[in-house]
Amino acid sequence: MTSDNDRRRGLLARLRERPAARSRGRRRLGAAVRLIAALMLAGGAYTVFAPGAQAQDNPQLTGAAAEGKALFDVSCVTCHGRNAQGVEGRGPSLIGVGAASVEFQVSSGRMPLARQEAQAHRKPPVFTDEQTRQLAQYVQELGGGPVVPDGDDLREDGNIASGGELFRINCSQCHAFGGGGGALSSGKFAPSLHPATDRQIYAAMLSGPQNMPVFGDNQLRPEQKADIIAYIQETLKHDQDPGGFNLGRYGPSTEGLAIFLVGIVALVFASLWIAGKS
Amino acid sequence: MKRRKFDLAATPGKAAVGVDDRFAVATPLRKLLNKVFPDHWSFLLGEIALFSFVVLLLTGVFLTLFYEPAMTEVVYDGSYAPLQGTPMSAAYASSLDLSFDVRGGLVMRQMHHWAALLFMAAIVVHMLRVFFTGAFRKPRETNWIIGSLLFWVGFLAGFTGYSLPDDGLSGTGLRIASAIMLSIPVIGSWVTSSIFGGEFPGTIIISRFFIAHVLLIPGLLLALISVHLGLVFKQKHTQWPGPGRTNNNVVGERMFPRYALKQGGFFMVVFGVIALMGGLFQINPIWLFGPYEAWVVSAASQPDWYVMFLDGSTRLMPAWEINIPLGDGYVIPPLFWPTVVLPGILVGLSTMYPFLEARHLKDRKSHNLLERPRDAPARTAVGAMAVSFYVVLTLSGANDVIADKFQISLNAMTWAGRVGLLVVPPIAYYITYRLCLGLQQHDREVLAHGVETGIIRRMPDGQFVEVHQPLSAQNGHADGHGQLEYVGWVVPKKMNRLGALGPAIRGFFYPIEKPAEAPVSPGHPPVEARPEREEIGSGESRR
Repeated sequence: MTSDNDRRRGLLARLRERPAARSRGRRRLGAAVRLIAALMLAGGAYTVFAPGAQAQDNPQLTGAAAEGKALFDVSCVTCHGRNAQGVEGRGPSLIGVGAASVEFQVSSGRMPLARQEAQAHRKPPVFTDEQTRQLAQYVQELGGGPVVPDGDDLREDGNIASGGELFRINCSQCHAFGGGGGALSSGKFAPSLHPATDRQIYAAMLSGPQNMPVFGDNQLRPEQKADIIAYIQETLKHDQDPGGFNLGRYGPSTEGLAIFLVGIVALVFASLWIAGKS
Repeated sequence: MKRRKFDLAATPGKAAVGVDDRFAVATPLRKLLNKVFPDHWSFLLGEIALFSFVVLLLTGVFLTLFYEPAMTEVVYDGSYAPLQGTPMSAAYASSLDLSFDVRGGLVMRQMHHWAALLFMAAIVVHMLRVFFTGAFRKPRETNWIIGSLLFWVGFLAGFTGYSLPDDGLSGTGLRIASAIMLSIPVIGSWVTSSIFGGEFPGTIIISRFFIAHVLLIPGLLLALISVHLGLVFKQKHTQWPGPGRTNNNVVGERMFPRYALKQGGFFMVVFGVIALMGGLFQINPIWLFGPYEAWVVSAASQPDWYVMFLDGSTRLMPAWEINIPLGDGYVIPPLFWPTVVLPGILVGLSTMYPFLEARHLKDRKSHNLLERPRDAPARTAVGAMAVSFYVVLTLSGANDVIADKFQISLNAMTWAGRVGLLVVPPIAYYITYRLCLGLQQHDREVLAHGVETGIIRRMPDGQFVEVHQPLSAQNGHADGHGQLEYVGWVVPKKMNRLGALGPAIRGFFYPIEKPAEAPVSPGHPPVEARPEREEIGSGESRR
C-alpha cells in the first residue's frame, strides 16, 4: 500500500515540480518555438491536402475517374453543378455521397432524372456498367464515401431466416411484407424490390437514396446485409406462392376486390341461371 | 311357408306411414314442404350467405383439429425454410404447420378465409336487395334488424378469426383494436385490460379469441340465422308485383321438390366457387408476415374488406384531440370518433331504418309486395347515399395501396377522401333521385303512348311523325292515350317484347331446340333482290 502511494505521489510531484524548475525565459522561448512549429505543421498540411485553386483546374484523378468526369460534365452537370458541388434548387452536392450512391442511382436508371418530381422512378439505365463505374469512381475521388464491396453475388452464406427477421424489422414498414413497395407522404414512395439486383440493394442500404434511411455498417453489419439480400432475392422473389395466384401481394385490399369481382359476380350469374330455369 | 312378395314401389309410402304413426309429422311437414318461394333471382342472394356459412362451419371444424390456441413461445422447425429457427407463438407455428405440413391444410385455410369474405359480401348484397326493394317494411322489420345484427356479429367473427394465426398482420390489427378500446372515455382502460388480461398483448388473448371464434360467435350466428329463416317461413316471402300477384298471396315454386332440388344445386355451386377461389387465389400469406412482434409493422397492413371502412374513417379523421382539464387532465383521443362513435351511429341508423321510414311516411300498412327502386326515389337515393359513404370510407382504408399503385400522392388521397366523404353522398342522392324519376317517367310515357316502333311516317303535308305501338285500346281522344295504369312493374319498351320477332331460341350457350321456320304467306311470291342501281349520266367518262 505504501509503495504504491509513494510512486504515485512521486510522479505527480515530478510533473508539478518540472515547470518550476525551468527559468521564465526558457519557458517563453520554448512556447514560441512550439507555436511556430505547430503553425508550420498546420500550414504545411493545408497546402498538401487542401484542394487549391490549381487543384480545381487540374485535379489529380485516376484514369477511370477522369473518364467519369467527362461523362459527368456532359450528363450530370446541369443539376449537380461544376465539380458536383450541387445547384441550389436543382440538385444536391455529390461530394461525400460515395460510389455506392452513384452506383444505385445510375445503374437503376433513376439518374439522369427525367424531370423534377417528388421522387425518381426506376428506368432503363442510360449508362453502361463500365460508364457507371467510371462515374462512381469520379464521385468517390471527389469526396470519399461508402463503397459497395466487389462482386455481383453479395448474398453468399446469407441466412434467410435471420434475413427475414431483419427484413420485417427494418424494411417491411415501407417496402411491405412482400417487397412490392408502398406509399410515403406527398407522392413519395418506397419502390418495389423485385427488379433490384444484389448490388443495388446493398448500395441502397449503404447510401440511403431518396427517402430511405441509411443503414450503415454499424446499424446492419455486412453479414446482416447479406442475410437481408438473401431473403429478398431467394424468398420474396422466388417464393412459389403455394396458395395460388398471389393477387399482387397487396394484402387484404385486393382480396376484398377479388371476392366481389370473382365470387359475387360468379354467384350472381349462377343465381340468374338457376332462377331462370323454372 | 309362402314367401311374401317384396313390393319395392310401396316401400317409401309404407316407411312414411310408419314414421307418421310414431311422430305425427305429416301435417306440419306438408305445410313446410308446400312453402312457396318466389322465383326471382334476387331472392337467392341471401342463400349465398347461408351456404357460405355452412362451408365456414365445415372448413372451420377441420382447422380446429390442427390449430393450437396458445401464445407459448416455441421455435419453429417445420418445413417452411425461411422461418426455421425463428421464435414464435404456438398459435402461429400451428398455423404454419396447417399451411405447409398438414395435407390439404392450406386449401382448407384459404377456403375458410374466402368463405368468410363471401359470407360478409353476400350479407351486404342481400341487404342491398332487401333495402332497395322495400322488403324490410312492416311486417318484416324484426327480420331486418336480425339481418343487420348478423352483419355486425359476422364482423366480430371475422375480426377474431383474423387475429387467430398470430402473424404480423393479425397482431397489428389486434394492436389497433386494443387502441380503439383504450380510446373509449372512462371505461377504456378497464375494458382493454379485462379483455387482454392486463397490458397488450398479454398471454391469454389468443385463447380467449379462439373460444369466442369457434363457440360463442358461431353459436350466436347460428341462433340469429335460425330465427331469421324461421321468420321468413312464418311471415312468408315478399314478391314482385305482377299478374296474379297481390299483397295477400305468394306466387312461385313449392319448396318440395323443385325448389329444394334447385337449392341443393345452388349450394354445390357456392361450395364450388369457394373451393375454386381457395385453390386458385392465395389469401393471407401468413408466412410472409412473420410472427407478430410489437416492432414489426408492414406497409399495406389492412383489415379484411368489411372492416376496411373503419380503417378508412380513422385515416380521414383529423388529429383533433379534446383535452378536458379535470383533475390531472383528461384526454379524448381523435381515434374515439371514427372507430367507436361512427360505427355506433351506423349500427343505430341501419337497424332503426324501417321505423324511421314508416314514421316519416306515416305508413302503418303491411307490405308484402316489393317496390322497384325507381318507384321509391327517396329511399333509393338514401340507399345510394349510404353506399357511397361506405365506399368512400372503404377506398380510404386502402388509400396507401391505391396511392402507390396508381402513383397518386397519399396526401391527395387523404384529402380526396375527406372532401369526398362529405360531398359524394349528397351528389349520389341527387343523381339517384333524378334517375328514378326519369325511369318512372319513361315507363309512364310508354304506358300512355305505346312502344317506339322505329318507324317514321311522312304525312302528305310534309310533317314527320313517329309511329308508336299502343299497349292498349285508345281512349277515344285525339291524344291517343291508352288506359293502362301505372302499377310499378316492368313495361315492355321494345317491339321484340311484344312479339314483333319470332320467339327467342331457348338454351344456354347453344340452342336446345330448332327455331321454327317463319311461315311464308302463299299469296306473295318470295321477294327478289333489288337490281343494282346505276347512275344515269351523259355517257362520257369524267376520268
